[in-house]
Amino acid sequence: MEHIYLAIVLAPLLGAIVAGLFRNQIGRTGAHWAAILGVAASCLLSLYVLKLFIYDGEQLYNKALYTWMVSDGIRFEVGFLIDKLTVMMMSVVTFVSLMVHIYTIGYMAHEEGYQRFFSYIALFTFAMLMLVMSNNFLQLFFGWEAVGLVSYLLIGFYFKRESAIFANLKAFLVNRVGDFGFILGIAAIAMFFNSLDYAEVFGKAPELKDATIQVWGSTPWSLMTVVCILLFIGAMGKSAQVPLHVWLPDSMEGPTPISALIHAATMVTAGIFMVARMSPLYELSETALSFVLIIGATTAFFTGLIGIVQNDIKRVVAYSTLSQLGYMIAALGVSAYAAGLFHLMTHAFFKALLFLAAGSVIMGMHHDQDIRNMGGVRKYMPITWITALLGSLALIGFPGFSGFFSKDAIIGAIHHSDIFGAGYASVLVTAGVFVTALYSFRMFFLVFHGEGPRDDHAKHHLHESPWVVTLPLILLAIPSVVIGWMTIQPMLFGDWFTGVLTVLPEHDALGEVGKHYHGQIGFIEHGMLELPFWLAMGGLFVAWFIYMKKPALALEIRTRFDWFYHVLDMKYWFDEVYQIIFAKGSRALGGFLSEVGDRFLIDGLIVNGSAKVVDSVAHRVRRLQTGYLYHYAIAMILGLLLLLSIFVVA
Amino acid sequence: MNFDTTTLIPVLPEIYLLTLASVVLLVDIMLRDDQRLLTYILAQAGLAAGLLLLLVLPGEGKTVVFSGHYVRDAMGDVLKIALFVTAIGAFLYSKDYLRARKLFKGEFYVLGLLALLGMSVMISANSFLSLYLGLELLALSLYAMVAFDRDSPAGSEAAMKYFILGAVASGMLLYGISMIYGATGSLIFGEVSKGVATADRLVLVFGLVFVVIGLAFKLGAVPFHMWVPDVYEGSPTATTLFIGSIPKIAAFAMAMRLLVDGLGGLHEDWQGMLIILAVLSMAVGNVFALAQGNIKRMLAYSTISHVGFLMLGVLSGTQAGYSSSMFYAIVYAIMALGAFGIVILLSREGFEADKLADLKGLNQRSPWFAAMMMLLMFSMAGVPPTVGFFAKLFVLQAVVGVSLTWLALVAVFFSIIGAFYYLRIVKLMYFDKPDTDVALEAGWDAKLGLSLNGLAILYFGMFPASLLSVCQVAFG
Repeated sequence: MEHIYLAIVLAPLLGAIVAGLFRNQIGRTGAHWAAILGVAASCLLSLYVLKLFIYDGEQLYNKALYTWMVSDGIRFEVGFLIDKLTVMMMSVVTFVSLMVHIYTIGYMAHEEGYQRFFSYIALFTFAMLMLVMSNNFLQLFFGWEAVGLVSYLLIGFYFKRESAIFANLKAFLVNRVGDFGFILGIAAIAMFFNSLDYAEVFGKAPELKDATIQVWGSTPWSLMTVVCILLFIGAMGKSAQVPLHVWLPDSMEGPTPISALIHAATMVTAGIFMVARMSPLYELSETALSFVLIIGATTAFFTGLIGIVQNDIKRVVAYSTLSQLGYMIAALGVSAYAAGLFHLMTHAFFKALLFLAAGSVIMGMHHDQDIRNMGGVRKYMPITWITALLGSLALIGFPGFSGFFSKDAIIGAIHHSDIFGAGYASVLVTAGVFVTALYSFRMFFLVFHGEGPRDDHAKHHLHESPWVVTLPLILLAIPSVVIGWMTIQPMLFGDWFTGVLTVLPEHDALGEVGKHYHGQIGFIEHGMLELPFWLAMGGLFVAWFIYMKKPALALEIRTRFDWFYHVLDMKYWFDEVYQIIFAKGSRALGGFLSEVGDRFLIDGLIVNGSAKVVDSVAHRVRRLQTGYLYHYAIAMILGLLLLLSIFVVA
Repeated sequence: MNFDTTTLIPVLPEIYLLTLASVVLLVDIMLRDDQRLLTYILAQAGLAAGLLLLLVLPGEGKTVVFSGHYVRDAMGDVLKIALFVTAIGAFLYSKDYLRARKLFKGEFYVLGLLALLGMSVMISANSFLSLYLGLELLALSLYAMVAFDRDSPAGSEAAMKYFILGAVASGMLLYGISMIYGATGSLIFGEVSKGVATADRLVLVFGLVFVVIGLAFKLGAVPFHMWVPDVYEGSPTATTLFIGSIPKIAAFAMAMRLLVDGLGGLHEDWQGMLIILAVLSMAVGNVFALAQGNIKRMLAYSTISHVGFLMLGVLSGTQAGYSSSMFYAIVYAIMALGAFGIVILLSREGFEADKLADLKGLNQRSPWFAAMMMLLMFSMAGVPPTVGFFAKLFVLQAVVGVSLTWLALVAVFFSIIGAFYYLRIVKLMYFDKPDTDVALEAGWDAKLGLSLNGLAILYFGMFPASLLSVCQVAFG
């Protein structure tokens, strides 16, 4: 099995190397074949491993393959931990990645940097697999930073465009904040657990349950709370949770395929994966769980609201992603890790689908992304239309679709939880369902239905995308519809995650939901009697009514609630505040430190000063090397006398 | 005294080397000038076969033959293998250089092989006598190699200085040996180490000072280093390559045999002396290297500073320290081989690439070899993930392990100064414009060798355990 796992990880890396380093030799076609073959091999092997785990009872694999070094008893290793959680992630990541690879052939067909793009996305797949397959914190951190790096490179893919450079710098800086917390968390683990290996750390966790540390002053802090919150700050950066969410909407500057792959389906879910993986630690700190819950619920509702007022097709989907990530995080907060992961999986399919469908429309519209200019696209792009419809229904949680099962499970679990903040979260995530339906179908109706497109020229050229684009749409639409139905039983209420996730009995909110679970049909019937279903239908109806039936109403509501619209349009002024406080502030601080601290003290006195001293000493003393033989001999004699006087005479 | 032929088996590598040198000498006499390539091939093939011989020779534990004058043990086996490998590399890199300068003569290989024989004897020496024999054979061969370009005044001057200073150092070593012989009554290291316990301390330490000086001269430790820069600069680069890399392995063996096997009882005393020499070497080597514009001189001072590091492991006096020093010596030989290999690679007919400026813009001329040189420089500076990082880490661990933390700090301090001139080379290669755009003229064989050499730096950096375990077993 070891060879299979290695091949899964290394095949995309090989593809990336070939496509990237030999891009001139193999040309465009060669590059996409290299990357696609690598990822396809990885995907097929992942599915094969999945099959072994499901049907053949393949067992947990946990082994270090390479030890880089051992320092003070802490091992720095590369190793794999393959359990059912990992297998699920591997399959989802490689499948979505493969779809995106194929799609890219069509989407990037006329772009420069075609080979570079393939090299990056294959490299991303490698990094993401390293992240999810890791069995230790160091490799987790490697994968974490590596996916961040590729994300950064891809947001700035159009590096000649000012806004792209701004966006990738922003993503980079905001993620620094999160990663700083993350690495402090890892450092705390290394310090108190004296190991970086998952199994060892989890094994030791119960002993350290009540341990306290002093962060500053003499106030004792619970070790578990500190570690979990620090790690979660990393997750907040990567999974774009309030208040570190600001980079994700801007990341839409990158080409659409990577918005689907990295900024919707896989990388941004790394935070959810990480917290679920660390469930043995999070279970020991209710404070951390409450923190996670409140952040998640807040993100779920408030970023969803912003989605209603966006006009850029990709930004609507981006805010929807933020909101859905909030749902997953909120699920983790009530210890419903399985529900969070379940939603992660269903969301990966339908959100990748929606992004790719949006990309398909963008191609049809010649890279016009404003939904106000669209309309009536349904006639011209039937496949895109039907797949987008299926994706949207899955997103709003229409009964029977994948999103229905996962979202209802999350809402149910939060409802049953009695952890601090659950009441607040319960209200927000329930109300969020209405918001989700509203923005999803607002976009859907504006793009695909009604009159349009506005521009005759665009109308003339509008046609369905090539098969390399529509095939991934269809292949993603299938799981978007059925995967929830197929897997809810084992993943949420069965034993799929037994032994992988740790949930203390007193936190088991999902178990409460499970008590009322009697098969998929029963779940659907039950769901249709609950509030969230009616909220979703209400949102759908309102969207239809406002944007299809009475378009004038939209303008009226907007003028009537102008202040509220303004708040949403300005995205609660997060960007502005950050610009003023952090960007300007840190530039001022940086300028000061650069002038006084760096140029004067460090460069001037310490670095250049000492360098000058050493340099002048060096130039002076080199004259000692005169070239005269007798000087050399004298030096030897002096050395002899020195040693004799120290060791013999003394 | 009955003579048993099986006692010859442990000595086979030396017998083989002697035979090889003689055969090369004889064959070379019969060749015309345009057939010298045969000499080269014969020497290389002979070395390769010798390497095989070393690998297949049975070797368990420790065998002492020739009335206690000769020892075969695990440390010796490993060091000899390193010796042969680096020698093959040195001959490989220097071939094109010698041809371009009409120095492609059989004597170079004969002298080189005899120097190898000398080093091999030093490695396996188990008495003062055999050690001295090996040392002189090595030194005499090197004197001739330094002056190999007869028409070069710089070469002759360097050889003359080297010879005279070497004679002074030899004299001191012999004087020290005679003192110790007088005090302990034996030349065999095993006997000496027993005698140390009872002999007159004052005489022993007096002798020890002279012995340490002989060793320090060979290593090129400050203040017995003055010959190093002049010899490195004055010699043909092919000889510099040879002197700069391989003899460090033998010098390490010499230190181990003399100080540990023979005078282990005086550890406290020689530890103090080595500390002084090590600190001075690291300081002088790194500071002087900064001011050099000639790359051969710069590497000479860099050698001196590395010798300081090398001594850290030996002076710690522990098994871990010895194996870390051995690791350092082998790694240093590989790094120096590669660095001088690049210098040779840049030279061509009528042009010596021995100025730092000649490395300017190498990245534009040859990105691959610029990358190799960068690896080598990072390794010398001790930057992970190259093997140089681990070499430094292990010796530092060794001195910290015997509570000489201050010494480790001093070493780190000077290696920071040292990082400057290594990184300066990287800067020259990558950020400066080349003065010339002449393509690199080197055969595929040298290019392949250099690539392997550079990649080995990376490989052993990623998998340091592979080499370290070999060094640890040698002292297990």
